[in-house]
Amino acid sequence: MQTLMIPEIGHFALIIALLMALVQGVMPLAGAATRRPLWMAYARPMAIGQFLFLGIAYLCLTASYLLDDFSVANVANNSNSLLPWYYKASAVWGNHEGSVLLWSLILAGWSFAVSHFSRELPRDMLARVLGVMGLVSVGFLAFVLITSNPFERLLPNLPDDGADLNPLLQDFGLIVHPPMLYMGYVGFSVVFAFAIAALLGGRLDAAWTRWARPWTNIAWAFLTVGIALGSWWAYYELGWGGWWFWDPVENASLLPWLAGTALIHSLAVTEKRGSFKSWTVLLAITTFSLSLMGTFLVRSGVLTSVHAFANDPSRGLFILVLLGITVGLSLLLFALRAPRVSHQVGFNWLSRDALLLINNILLVIITVTVLLGTVYPLLLDALNLGKISVGPPYFNALFVPLTVLLCLFMGLGPMSRWKRMDGRDLFKRSWLSGLAALLIGMAAPLAYGGEWNLKVSLGLVVALWIVLPMARDLWTKSRHSAGRLAGVKRLSLAYWGMVLGHLGVAVTIIGVTVVSNYAIERNVRMGVGDSVEVAGYTFTMTELANRRGPNYLADTALIEVRRGDSRREFVMEPEKRLYIARGMPMTQVALSPGLFRDLYVAMGEELEGDSWAMRLQYKPFVRWMWLGALLMAAGGIMAVVDKRYRRTAAVRDPEDARAASTREATA
Amino acid sequence: MRPKRRQKLFVILGLVCLAAIAVGLTLFALRANINLFFSPVQIAAGDAPFERTLRAGGMVKEGSVSRDNDTLDVAFTVTDYVDDVEVRYSGILPDLFREGQGVVVVGELTQEGWIRADEVLARHDENYMPPEVAQALEEAGYSPEDYQAKAEEVGKKMEAQAKDSGDGRTN
Repeated sequence: MQTLMIPEIGHFALIIALLMALVQGVMPLAGAATRRPLWMAYARPMAIGQFLFLGIAYLCLTASYLLDDFSVANVANNSNSLLPWYYKASAVWGNHEGSVLLWSLILAGWSFAVSHFSRELPRDMLARVLGVMGLVSVGFLAFVLITSNPFERLLPNLPDDGADLNPLLQDFGLIVHPPMLYMGYVGFSVVFAFAIAALLGGRLDAAWTRWARPWTNIAWAFLTVGIALGSWWAYYELGWGGWWFWDPVENASLLPWLAGTALIHSLAVTEKRGSFKSWTVLLAITTFSLSLMGTFLVRSGVLTSVHAFANDPSRGLFILVLLGITVGLSLLLFALRAPRVSHQVGFNWLSRDALLLINNILLVIITVTVLLGTVYPLLLDALNLGKISVGPPYFNALFVPLTVLLCLFMGLGPMSRWKRMDGRDLFKRSWLSGLAALLIGMAAPLAYGGEWNLKVSLGLVVALWIVLPMARDLWTKSRHSAGRLAGVKRLSLAYWGMVLGHLGVAVTIIGVTVVSNYAIERNVRMGVGDSVEVAGYTFTMTELANRRGPNYLADTALIEVRRGDSRREFVMEPEKRLYIARGMPMTQVALSPGLFRDLYVAMGEELEGDSWAMRLQYKPFVRWMWLGALLMAAGGIMAVVDKRYRRTAAVRDPEDARAASTREATA
Repeated sequence: MRPKRRQKLFVILGLVCLAAIAVGLTLFALRANINLFFSPVQIAAGDAPFERTLRAGGMVKEGSVSRDNDTLDVAFTVTDYVDDVEVRYSGILPDLFREGQGVVVVGELTQEGWIRADEVLARHDENYMPPEVAQALEEAGYSPEDYQAKAEEVGKKMEAQAKDSGDGRTN
């Protein structure tokens, strides 16, 4: 169906949003610099307006998809009339143009949220924060309008039907993974804006960190969930059971996560103790720069992967320039302003401050090594020094030992005290947990796998070393004269957030360790009637059938699975689909998920003589990885709802807010 | 030394140690894990090292794929239309692996001149051509249009064959 005006309205709304972003970026910053309240007052309405108009533009694109308007090039290339409606709606971000539009919309959304929830900020601070976010927005909206306009029409020769969405993307994962990831990526723009605003205002006290902390935690939580969803999606969608490939695109999302993890810890130090000030600002800049770099890597087409839709060099150049300007200006500002505002707060090197410093150093080292492995091949290629790739062994060789080291200090963190603490006291509180972690970790592989395994032991010891001291600490802290329940209630949500977050790390480590070492993968040739045993489960192929889906044809295998000698059996139905519009084959995995093990069956390829190459896998504890990520995210969120941050929100009832806004308007 | 100075010294020493460990590990890991890309021409000219992990790529030569009847062993030829190299692999090929299409293999070159592949990578959708392969083909004198057209031709031929054999599948 060709609609007359919808894409044009969208395009027009996009232009208005750009203009509003421009005003939002220029006026409040100029106003803050020259102390003109009227100019600063532009910030909030512009943030709201920009979000509104981007929302309209986004809805217009979605409408074009839902209405099958194939006169829009973007729709014609990425949708099809046979596609179910929910994939049509999410196909919007399943391509380059749409996903950059989503990026911009989410940025405007964060801007809007800041303007809404941070009304108690000093006026010039809010003006500067929104101004910086407005400038970032200008860059991205210009990028959309100049190089990647999603509303371009194919007139007058429009196709009868669309080219269809890449079948790999026709999945629930597409609906949830990109928005979550983008919420995280883009969310770091808030803390970046706060840091820049603090630099601009010359007010690098602990105040800005207190305002920025909740935003950073939320962004970090979204990014954590986004990465986990991506891993989970790859696991069942790509059809061979891997969950992390050290693919540059994955690294692009991991890098801001690592820097962001360092950031949320250094923010805590700056807020509580007033130290690490310059360092925190630098980390905030780094984290958002890595987000931008991730966007550049994925969006520019320098990488080839499922994520790289575009191969237009002008786009890559545009983002590279944008990245260069952002990083360059921020660092310049940092160099000019940071030394002036730093001052020394001493601490003993056996203290929580010092442990968090080590945490930050290690996380930064990990970030740098991952960055090096990711960018090195690109640099060599750009300099024409040959085409190389850096394989997973590189990343594993560095990431694993550094993470183990990090975890050793992580176990001590929750027990430690600010400023200084007694070494003997720390030892007294941790030796038992340490010994228990060591013994259980060493013994567990014997009990589980029947033989000792160094890697498994190491992983388990580290995970237990995180959990056990924390459990002991929780036990001590919840002691209360009115009973333990009262003690538990007394603990702050921020503390619970930390516990959950660290617990999540431990759970993820256990998952990664066990599934990496005990997964069983067998590729076999199977025909009807053949049986194969994997890890105590008997897989029997009972039937091969043909099916028809809404937009695909499929070969299906019925696999009967029985555990040991038990009577109960269940059927798994992997498929090999052929998507009609693109003529593209796809593997649909059959999964039998469980907390302690997944069974994973995928059809490989058809062989002669009515048999198929089948992939049968037994994946113990694989769910723990993603469960851990969810726990981490829950921890991040929980720390935000702590009443320390809510206090201002609770005081402000609607009338108060109205009074405040009229005050602002008249000021 | 004043305590404050001593503390600083500790921090700096710690930092230097950590950085040294990190740099050492990084260099070691990088040295052992860089995989260079070679095209069939380069392999035929003897540029590629033996028994070291490398990546090679080109087009899967039409009609070269042969499957073993009982196991999952498969052999095929990768070509840049100037030189060929044989690849042997045991396992399941990716969904989008097809004759006449671009492919990248990761594996080791044996003394006999064939590649023992640990991994076979095909494209993610029908427009995708691994950039290394595209460049290698270009150097061999083929323009991207040439082999896209060629690939299309092969695709059509195979489709026609599949229709003839009556199952309507191109897989």
